[in-house]
Amino acid sequence: MFAIMLCIAGLGVITAKNPMYCVLFLIFAFFNTAGLFILMGAEFLGLLLIMVYVGAVAVMFLFVIMTININFAVLKEGFTPYLPLAGIVSLVLLIEVIAAASSGLFGGGMNIGVPAEEGVSNIVLLGTVLFTNYVLPFQMAGLILLIAMVGAIILTHRQRKDVKKQNIPEQISRKVEDCIEIVKVKTGKGIK
Amino acid sequence: MLHVGMTHFLILAAILFVIGIMGIFINRKNIIVILMSLELMLLAVNINMVTFSVYLHDLGGQIFTFFILTVAAAEVAIGLAILTVFFRNRGSVETDDVNTMKG
Repeated sequence: MFAIMLCIAGLGVITAKNPMYCVLFLIFAFFNTAGLFILMGAEFLGLLLIMVYVGAVAVMFLFVIMTININFAVLKEGFTPYLPLAGIVSLVLLIEVIAAASSGLFGGGMNIGVPAEEGVSNIVLLGTVLFTNYVLPFQMAGLILLIAMVGAIILTHRQRKDVKKQNIPEQISRKVEDCIEIVKVKTGKGIK
Repeated sequence: MLHVGMTHFLILAAILFVIGIMGIFINRKNIIVILMSLELMLLAVNINMVTFSVYLHDLGGQIFTFFILTVAAAEVAIGLAILTVFFRNRGSVETDDVNTMKG
């Protein structure tokens, strides 16, 4: 049932007229996939999928769609011309991949696996492997996230002219001589 | 009750992947939907990874799903940032407007 819902949601993502509905279908697809993962015995990844995709990615999509207000009707003009090409390419690819998947090469006889060790949860196993054999990739993943964050901020940051801000280097580099002037005031005369 | 095997999950992933490709083809003007289709394709790959990992009792697949998830999140962040900057400069998100570099 999750699988059927997933396919429906996927079709919804690519055919919906309003991008807002696309995002909602995408969230639906992610929930279904998470359900599938949990049924398969990968609980941690299922929950991670909900957290990362629904919590972060989909919200980011929604945020961007709401931030930039575009005339989406114009964007749908190019819908039909590519449809035949898309159909052909997709059909060929689908047939090929399904033929490969059901060729019996990937031992269909195996039973659905609860992880071999009883009493040890999926998260414990995953953590054990992740923090021992895959420490370096793990840290590189963190680095990638950091770079992505810095990149996104730099890309979208802009200097605004109309806001008064503290310019710290300028403040620090001010000299005493530039700012004040010591004048001997003669009696009875003012300062020019 | 139908016995659910590895093949079924692989076929599901294939269908999802093809839906993603189709999405890129038929929504060629809208960058946001193209990004979403990319997400669908990455999701299909994740399903494949987890399926193999579960059925072959090897946790490597799930670890790599984890990394794919990370990279997908980073990619979406950068993509949407570029989209925002582009919209600020051009006032649209159509792919046909991305022609400044064209000779």
